Amino acid sequence: MLPVTARISPPTLRRVGHASGNAMLPELGQITLILALLVALLQSLLPLAGAARGNATWMAVARPAAYAQLALVAVAFALLTAAFVRQDFSVRYVAENSNTLLPMIYRYSAVWGAHEGSLLMWVLVMALWSAAVAVFSRALPQPVMARVLGVMGLVAVGFLAFLIFTSNPFDRLLPAPIEGRDLNPLLQDPGLIIHPPMLYVGYVGFVVPFAFAIAALLEGQVDARWLRWTRPWTNIAWGFLTLGIALGSWWAYYELGWGGWWFWDPVENASFMPWLCGAALIHSQAVTEKRGSFGGWTLLLAIACFSLSLMGAFLVRSGVLTSVHSFAADPSRGLFILVFLAIVIGSSLLLYVLRAPRLPDGAPFAASSRETLLLANNVLLTCACAMVLLGTLYPLLADALDMGKISVGPPYFGLLFLILMAPLVLLLPFGPLTRWQREQPSRPLALLLPWAGLALIAGVIAYFMAPQGPLKTAAGVAGATWVALGTARFVWIRLKASGRMTPEMWGMALAHLGVAVFLVGALLVEAMNVQREVALKPGQSVEIGRYAFRFEGVDEKQGPNYLSDRGHVQVMRNDRDLVLLHPEKRAYASGGQVMTEAGIRPGLTGDIYVALGESLGDGAWAVRVHIKPFVRWIWLGALLMALGGFVTAADKRFRRRTDTRTA
Amino acid sequence: MNDTPASAPAPAPNAPRPPSRGALAFAVIIIGLFFIGLMALLYYGVQQSDRPDRESLPSPLIGKPAPAFDLPLLHDSNRRATNATLAGEPYVMNVWGSWCPECRVEHPVLSRFALTKRVRFVGYNLKDERGDALRWLEQYGNPYMLVVADVEGRTAIDWGIYGAPETFLVDGKGIVRWKHVGAVTDAIIAQQLIPALEKIEAER
Repeated sequence: MLPVTARISPPTLRRVGHASGNAMLPELGQITLILALLVALLQSLLPLAGAARGNATWMAVARPAAYAQLALVAVAFALLTAAFVRQDFSVRYVAENSNTLLPMIYRYSAVWGAHEGSLLMWVLVMALWSAAVAVFSRALPQPVMARVLGVMGLVAVGFLAFLIFTSNPFDRLLPAPIEGRDLNPLLQDPGLIIHPPMLYVGYVGFVVPFAFAIAALLEGQVDARWLRWTRPWTNIAWGFLTLGIALGSWWAYYELGWGGWWFWDPVENASFMPWLCGAALIHSQAVTEKRGSFGGWTLLLAIACFSLSLMGAFLVRSGVLTSVHSFAADPSRGLFILVFLAIVIGSSLLLYVLRAPRLPDGAPFAASSRETLLLANNVLLTCACAMVLLGTLYPLLADALDMGKISVGPPYFGLLFLILMAPLVLLLPFGPLTRWQREQPSRPLALLLPWAGLALIAGVIAYFMAPQGPLKTAAGVAGATWVALGTARFVWIRLKASGRMTPEMWGMALAHLGVAVFLVGALLVEAMNVQREVALKPGQSVEIGRYAFRFEGVDEKQGPNYLSDRGHVQVMRNDRDLVLLHPEKRAYASGGQVMTEAGIRPGLTGDIYVALGESLGDGAWAVRVHIKPFVRWIWLGALLMALGGFVTAADKRFRRRTDTRTA
Repeated sequence: MNDTPASAPAPAPNAPRPPSRGALAFAVIIIGLFFIGLMALLYYGVQQSDRPDRESLPSPLIGKPAPAFDLPLLHDSNRRATNATLAGEPYVMNVWGSWCPECRVEHPVLSRFALTKRVRFVGYNLKDERGDALRWLEQYGNPYMLVVADVEGRTAIDWGIYGAPETFLVDGKGIVRWKHVGAVTDAIIAQQLIPALEKIEAER
């Protein structure tokens, strides 16, 4: 059977007997990729062998190899970009993902618009992380550096082989067509230009803690010194992943026309699992670094985090799960990456099982201590991650066991998150205020009791003021107030006691504040969202709450590569004109795919959101109108969390060169 | 480098405490089983991923009224066909295009079944050029009662058609009863289409 993509080949991709006599640039790109593969082999085998035998010359290969690999992959990436900019349709990937009408900016972003190019970007990001580790690893003992870069080189070997053997972006299409297909219209959007790179920087970034975990297992010890050194890498990767996910959510909100911001789509889940696991890792790394506890657990989490990233890549690229995001299904690719996945996860788990039991325990701690609270944090976050994994793979499992076609949707995930995240929110403010090792439970309780009372009062007020969904509104307001005030209490105590906070503390406070802001957005928009779908003729209007929407008709707008039905909707508040919104429906010239562009008036306390539905004849149109209270806070919260990750990573303490052992 | 890790752990206060053999074996077995199960499941998924019908089932249209359409006929673009044109009796609607290689594969199968006159066959010509489509029918034969032409593919969006070939069965009341994505084979006709038809006939 042919894959879906082969069944439909739109008439635009007709070959014309005209061979383009282009330069051999694409072949050059292919050669650089092959060289990069060889260099990656060098980067992995020599330093790993060197570290095992204590051969300093072999270990010294790691750094230059990492730089060379970055240079080679960057050249390949630049050459593919050049093929897009010059519209070289003799390159199959270019012909399939762009055409002459495509605006210049999207010719650049089309490079990562489909499977082959996005994989090349993945490899580029991987090379960037390797080079960054090479630059910033001066403080590390040479064997550790060699092992970390060696493991990263091994992962790069896998991805480069995947790229070269199954997904070559430089494949030729001869004779060249005079016109290409088009970049998927879903991707022709500014939000989507930066969404994949952010996401990849996050995904791939987890390779650093992973490489560290493997190096630690090979070495047979977890040293606080270099655990401290990995922490900023985890924080930065997690911060980028947060940004990437938030961008994707924001894009779905304004582009899909449903007004939703999260759909529990398999591919969204694929990015959310490493995020949850990464959040757990950030916290457990802090414990291991400062107290020496949870050493084995931290390593397992680091392995899990990167394994989940790899599995995300697998799920998106193999066509195993169906989703709006997935690339065209191709079983040979799926099989390749599955084997790669099995080797990476299998060998690291095996190594873990063989070596982890030898790791030392940390300092003992009492049941009432910060360690216990962070343990609870980890249990809840990993449970959430496991539940998402189960929900994502359950349809496949049901299919495999012949239990019929099942789709697992928001009811399952929504309930589960309520159950798992509620205790997390309740416990969160206690964490920073509780002492390591042993704590009188009454002390943090006494510190936080007034603020708990205040949060409760805020919740009760919200309950009675909410026009609808009082319970969710109250939960959102109370939870957010509790987390925000608890975090403020911590900042206040710190500043009063010592007059200053370390960037690490500021980062934590920011990220926790982000949780509070996110809670407001997620719960309030869920509780108080007003949505109306109406048929309107020009001149007619509809009233929702304080707002009136007057439909003024639809006209045609010609875009660079699409024809758009553009609606005009006048929004009024208290009979006064507030804003004129322009929701659009765009039909792209190639393939005729129709995309909606919602008309949005953003606001801190709520968005006004208008999307155009179908034409109903006689000038009437179906119009979907939403009032979305506090929806911006969702992304604002995510932004704060990411910022928290970056600020923490900036702490000088992590970069201090020290050879004394702190454990 | 005088503090390179010695292989024998020093007798420090937090020296490795050997975990019990049973607990260790248990952990290894759990992790191993989880890993093997996950890989097996994903392998099954890869095997299934190129099955052309796996994405279409269940189609949200099954059991629902067929989406409205009003399309010109391929052979005479002045005449149009709508849902009303076809109401009353069940019909099979087959989506094809001259650009679609797999349509050529299923065409003899469909033509053979159409000859039995068991049900009316309607062709749905998707995103095609009229000349190409007519030539294609001339070359491979025309089993269809009538062929509608959807040049822009706008109606196809309502029908949830995202490629060709796709085949629908609509009953006399205009309800979609069955759908198949990808080339129809004799086995699919015998095991799915005919039983669905018999069910419709039994209801009357």
